[in-house]
Order: sequence, then structure tokens, then C-alpha cells
Amino acid sequence: MVLTFYQRLIEKIINDQSLAILSEYFLSTVASNHSTQAHLQGEASLVLDAVSCERGERLLVEHLSLTVTAGQGVRIEGPNGSGKTTLLRVLAGLSQQYSGMVSWCGNDIRQARAALAADTLYIGHLAGVKALLSPLENLAWWVSLHIQSSEPLSKASLLNALSQVGLQRFASTPCYQLSAGQQRRIALARLYLSQHRLWILDEPFTAIDIDGVTLLEQRIAEHLAQGNMAIITTHQTMKIDGFRSCALDAVKQKAGGC
Amino acid sequence: MTDNKPNTEVAIFAAFNALLLRDLRVYFRSRGTWLNPLVFVLMVITLFTLGIGPDPSTLSNHASGIIWVVALLGIMLSLDALFRADFDDGSLEQLLLSPQPLYLAVLAKVLAHWFITGLPIVLASPLYSLMLGIPADAIPVLALGLLVGSGILSFIGAIGASLTVSLRSGGLLIALLTLPLYVPVIIFGSQFVQSAIEGWPLMPTFSMLLGLLIGAMALAPVAIIGGLRLSQDA
Repeated sequence: MVLTFYQRLIEKIINDQSLAILSEYFLSTVASNHSTQAHLQGEASLVLDAVSCERGERLLVEHLSLTVTAGQGVRIEGPNGSGKTTLLRVLAGLSQQYSGMVSWCGNDIRQARAALAADTLYIGHLAGVKALLSPLENLAWWVSLHIQSSEPLSKASLLNALSQVGLQRFASTPCYQLSAGQQRRIALARLYLSQHRLWILDEPFTAIDIDGVTLLEQRIAEHLAQGNMAIITTHQTMKIDGFRSCALDAVKQKAGGC
Repeated sequence: MTDNKPNTEVAIFAAFNALLLRDLRVYFRSRGTWLNPLVFVLMVITLFTLGIGPDPSTLSNHASGIIWVVALLGIMLSLDALFRADFDDGSLEQLLLSPQPLYLAVLAKVLAHWFITGLPIVLASPLYSLMLGIPADAIPVLALGLLVGSGILSFIGAIGASLTVSLRSGGLLIALLTLPLYVPVIIFGSQFVQSAIEGWPLMPTFSMLLGLLIGAMALAPVAIIGGLRLSQDA
């Protein structure tokens, strides 16, 4: 009796659109449903419609409209403090402090948070690497959160990803013994495991040596060639075909500055 | 991705286990973190015995209240660290962006934290109940009450921790936010021990404690997730 009551209650919560946020917390199936819907729609796209964001009273991005479709890369440009990171955090679904609309595969990301999360890889300024754990442990933790494969990934594939970024010898060394560049490489090893369709990379080349940058550029080019998308900020020169530039400062001046 | 639900469920529990194990690993590698609340509790209880005096009857009259308040403070002081390291190194961003249900992720984090703070306090309870002159047959009851109660304290305290994680120093604010919510736990917790000492029936207060724990487990993660999302906009 009591059990069926709870079952009905839960079903009601799931079916009720207005409680979608609650059911997102409780229900496993929401994430996979959303992402399969997105896959069915075929053409993936990220559309920004008159997006404005501010940080601490300052208007950084004003009325930015941008469309990214399959196989396209966009490089967000602008001087320090022009709002690149703020914008990327909005696109990744981390920040809610914006006006306008961002949609992923036709759904507003405010509603379709799970669908965006299932398709997006975000690497920000902070690497998300625990200093007390080894690179292998860090990567395994990330994989369990972000890779939804039908079988669990083997240790060999994790080691392979680490060797792609030149860390195979340090796989079991605690991260606090590694350099800043090496710690950054652990975060970037995710690129070799990821099957996400949208990569949002905030200054991915910081602290990476020249050879490392070349390898990363190859990986990003490969990702785009597979029909995926990438949005990147960097102050370095980037040699990847198919990248458009989107300058934040120009947009802002058009709107009258801040 | 293409097929069925069971895989998703496997992935979800794999994520839960991975989070729990990772947090426990981090705690055990940063030696001492898990000892701090326990040492705090032992020291404050020692101070109480010195302050009140050695008279066993006076001590045991106040024992249940003292133990509960001290355990509460010990857990509360350790809670500031619950999300702070993850916030500082960016792990929290990756956690919030995971397509896995955050509810279970938060459950795993609070559980891991309870293992290293609440559980040692429970396990050491026979020691400090003897110091305060609690009768031997009431000690298992006290431990049971603390076992349930420390879980409630962890979940409620985690709400405060999630709300203050983006502030540079959230220590005192956590106390102000969560202490009012601790009131029912203190009332029923010390009542539970008192019942054992006086020989009153135990079930009514124990049911209340269990009910509070279940309520906290079900609802606190929703508030914690909200707090953590807010922290990303600060």
C-alpha cells in the first residue's frame, strides 16, 4: 500500500514538467533520455541569442549572438578581463547569471541542463585535479562522472590517455609532486577519453610546452573533423583549420561599451 | 548511449562508489584531518570534567547534554572543509557538470565526510561516557543515538557548508546558519540518553531521531545542490 503510494508519487513528480528540476536530482533516466533525444535530432548546434552577462556590476558581454554547428570551432578573443571565462562558464551551464537565451540542440540550457552536461566537456582555469591523488586516480574519478559508456573503461585506456599527454611514467605519482604543466596535462588527458560533442576549453594551453601544444591542436582538429564542436579561448596563436574568431571587445563597443 | 537503462544505473552506482572511495582516499592521505574532530571532542569533554569537578553524580546529571553539544560542535567545525578543497581546485565544477544525478554525488560526499568525522566520535563514545560517569548499560544506547544523530548533523551542516563555500571565511557563518537547525537533534538526542539512564521507554525518541535522519537524507541534498550551484556564480 505505502509502497505503491510512493511509486505513484514519484511517477507524478517525473511526469510533471514543472518539477523537472527535482526529478533531475532523483532520477537516473533523465540524463540518458535527454541525450538520446538530442542524438535523434541529428544536427547538434549551440545557439546564443542576445546573450549578455555581467560580473560584479560590470557588463562584460552584451547582446552576443552566435551559432556553432557540427564541425565548427570558435575562438573567443579579447583582452584580459573582457569576459571570456564568464561567457564560457555560462555556455558550460555553470553560471546562471546571464540574460538572453542559450540553446543546445534546440533546447534552452536552463531547462535541458542534463542534455548539455551529457554532451559537454568543460576544462576551466582550475584543472579539477586533486593534489593528493595520482594522475590515474584523478582520471578514473573524472571518467566515472563524465563518461557514460555501456562498459566501464579499462585501466589500459586510462593509461593510454595519460601516455598521450606524456604522463605514462607518472601515472601513480601523487600529483603534488608534479609540475604545474604536468598537472594541467592530467586535465587535458580527458580530451583523449572524451566522446562529448562540445568541448569548452578555457585557456587549454596555459603552462603547456610547444610540443604539447602541437599535439593538443592535432587532437582538437581531429575532434572537429569528426563533426564535433569546440569553443576555445587562448592568447596563443593557434594553427587549426576551421576556427572562427569571435571578439568580445568588438561586440561590446558596438553596444556602446561598458 | 544507444541502449538501455541498466547500463545507466550501473554507471550511476559506479559514480557513487568512485566518489565515495576518492573522498575517503583523499581524507586518509591528508593525515590528521579525520582525527581533529575526535581530539576536539575528547579535549572539550576533559575540560568539562575539570570545570564541573569530580563529583560523579553532578557529572552524570549533565553528561548527555554535554556529550551531544560537544559532538555537535566537533562535527560542525569540521564541516567547513567539506566542499572547500573541491571548490578551490575545480573538482566541484567537474562534479556539478556531470550528467550523473547530483543527488547521489552529494550523498556520497556527505557520507565520506561522516565516515571520517561522525563515525570516530561514535566509536570513541564509550571512552568519554565513562569519563562523564554515564552508567555502563546506557553506553550502547548513547552510541546508537550518536550514530543516528551524527548523520543528521552531517547532512544539516553540509547545507551550511555548501552555502558558505564561496566565501573566503565561512567558519562562523556556518555556525549561525546551522545551529538553529540542530535544535531538534539536541532535544531528542539528549532525551534518548536520559531515557536510558532513567529507564524510560526508548522507542519514542529513537523513532524521532530516525525520522529526522531519513528526512535529512532525503531533503538536505536538494538544498546542498542548490547551495553548490549558487557558489559557482559568486
